[in-house]
Amino acid sequence: MNFLGVVFDGIAYGSLLFLISVGLSITLGLMNVVNLAHGAFAMFGGYCSVWLTAAWGLPFLWTLPLVCLAGAAVGALAERLLYQRLYRASHLDQVLFSIGLTFMAVAVATYFWGPTQQRVELPAFLRGQARVLGLDLGVYRSFLVGLVVLISVALTGLIEHTRFGAQLRAAVDNQQVSAGLGIPVQRVFCLAFALGSALAALGGALGIELLGLEPSFALEYLVYFLLVVSVGGAGSVRGTAFAALALGLCDVAGKYYVPELGAFVIYALMIVLLMLFPAGLRGRRA
Amino acid sequence: MTAIKLWWSVFSWGGAGKPRLCSRGAGLGLGLLFAGLLGACESKKAEPAAGAAPSSEPAAAAVVAPIKIGLIAPFSGPFAGAGKQIEGGVRAYLDVHGSKVSGREIELLVKDVTGVAPDVAKSLAQGLIVRDNVDFLAGFVLTPNALAVAPLATEAKKPMVIMNAATSVITTKSPYVVRVSFTLPQVSAPLATWAAKNGIKSVYTLVSDYAPGADAEGQFKKTFEAAGGKVVDSVRVPVQNPDFAPYIQRIKDAKPEAVFIFVPAGAQGTAFLKAFQERGLAKQGIQVIATGDVTEDQELGAMGDAALGVVTTHHYSAAHDSPENTAFKQAFAKVTGGKVRPNFMAVGGYDGMAAIARVVEKLGGKLDGDRAMAAFKGLELDSPRGHIRIDPETRDVVQTVYVRKVEQRPDGLYNVEFDHFDEQKDPGKPPPSP
Repeated sequence: MNFLGVVFDGIAYGSLLFLISVGLSITLGLMNVVNLAHGAFAMFGGYCSVWLTAAWGLPFLWTLPLVCLAGAAVGALAERLLYQRLYRASHLDQVLFSIGLTFMAVAVATYFWGPTQQRVELPAFLRGQARVLGLDLGVYRSFLVGLVVLISVALTGLIEHTRFGAQLRAAVDNQQVSAGLGIPVQRVFCLAFALGSALAALGGALGIELLGLEPSFALEYLVYFLLVVSVGGAGSVRGTAFAALALGLCDVAGKYYVPELGAFVIYALMIVLLMLFPAGLRGRRA
Repeated sequence: MTAIKLWWSVFSWGGAGKPRLCSRGAGLGLGLLFAGLLGACESKKAEPAAGAAPSSEPAAAAVVAPIKIGLIAPFSGPFAGAGKQIEGGVRAYLDVHGSKVSGREIELLVKDVTGVAPDVAKSLAQGLIVRDNVDFLAGFVLTPNALAVAPLATEAKKPMVIMNAATSVITTKSPYVVRVSFTLPQVSAPLATWAAKNGIKSVYTLVSDYAPGADAEGQFKKTFEAAGGKVVDSVRVPVQNPDFAPYIQRIKDAKPEAVFIFVPAGAQGTAFLKAFQERGLAKQGIQVIATGDVTEDQELGAMGDAALGVVTTHHYSAAHDSPENTAFKQAFAKVTGGKVRPNFMAVGGYDGMAAIARVVEKLGGKLDGDRAMAAFKGLELDSPRGHIRIDPETRDVVQTVYVRKVEQRPDGLYNVEFDHFDEQKDPGKPPPSP
């Protein structure tokens, strides 16, 4: 395969990493909650999509907005009932709580859907490969790349150029002063958490086709979420995108050119990047 | 991945070892006790519960101690499905044949080992041996757990019936181990022979980078090259590999006639086959061959069109056409609620239970470890998979290995058998020590 093919596959894989991790970049990065249950929210999105297609006969693409809404609703609920109690708790408490929540989610998913994997039916126009300029490009992969561009532009705009974004950044930096200035801190946090959960759910649904969906999903890909967010730098959408693309490219290139070492490339790169940029590529708290 | 596995075992430790004395088994036992008592007072009114046990001697049966079987398998965590299959198989046997053998009731003590957790397996087995004084240890889905328990079986002289774990070496670890399932080399060697015989000359191998993957790769290579074939390249991939694209592309570039894969069934197998389909390797004339775990019956339904045409070798397919298999599938559906299709693990459970019942019968209900092991040796069974026997030398299973192709049937995808290799022993056994 020529070099360009590797680059495309790398970008596509990086896009997938971005989609499943960007929600965590918001909850962990912006809100400073170590939310190891991110995978559970992603898995919830995946199962929602499967359920909507199976029980309601909705086409896969139509389930995506509904999955986002459901993810946001569950996220907001979880924030109000559970996570808000942990904002001032130590990181260890947050870790223990959220990993516990993850195990519960795994058990619940097994109870309702059984331990076997689930699948979704892609529409015909998203399947197979298309030939563009002499390159065979996976159609679904291209679709993911496009979505990533859309989502990262929209998110960056939201966080950096809107009133809500400003309020959120202020509230994260100093809750008391923000509250004193009249920012509805609680509501802002709740909305931000809902946003992160919605993105997690969306990533989970979009990932089914490539990663599959089983109850252990919530744990299996946790390493990748954390890897992307820690390399990207807490709370930066652009950093997350850079990190996901860099890791995706190197992973695919490594696996293609040196398959004996392929699996380690992504971790080696993480070590190097974190040594060079301890706060992540675009870390705010350097 | 290791980190996650480690977490698993650390975090799921607390819940381990809770006795799951199955309500059904216990209920049945109690029911029979009552039936027996009633039968004694009121002559004919008492029918045995669920018609399960033909009670020829109702009053006496109630006082005879039950035969206790300790079933160790994962019922939670990532391998929960395997445990449920095995338990379903065991219960299917009891449902068909009744839960009483030689006048003694069979009592199952079901224990959740939670996953790859040798320490948990060991302490569960200890409890079953010392506290519950079981007559048989059974189950064992995962090799590390089986290896941890084998020394205890030797020490306590308890027969240990392996219903799934498929690494060759397990049966050599204790003279009290007997295996009714299969071994990985046992099913990968015939695949290599079949491929060589059917005009496939060059094969690319892709396996998950863990012990069973290495076993499968090694045996396939050995047999295939001995038969004159050529393995053009071999690659090992992470056990939880998120994207197969780069590997598939390498295979596409290498242009082999077939690709041999061994990856965990479920998400990994499906992801590989989807990527394989997406890149049009099948159209290029590359055939996917694999051991039957990859397209096992429970997961096959969710694998979709991408699995069509995959050729595998294995000892059991739900599509196997025999009266034994039909009866087995009905019983399995009855005891599990019919939501999942039985796979080879369920058959392992069913046959393991059958073997135990036969041994108890042979001994007339009077059990001890050494006599039971003598009875296991050379035992023959008409299993849902076909005829099987236990090799007296190795205590390992000898059976027919089928060559199958994934086909669409009206009620879903099935592994349809089209060729077979009879009397396959485990080729992976190390030579007997002098």
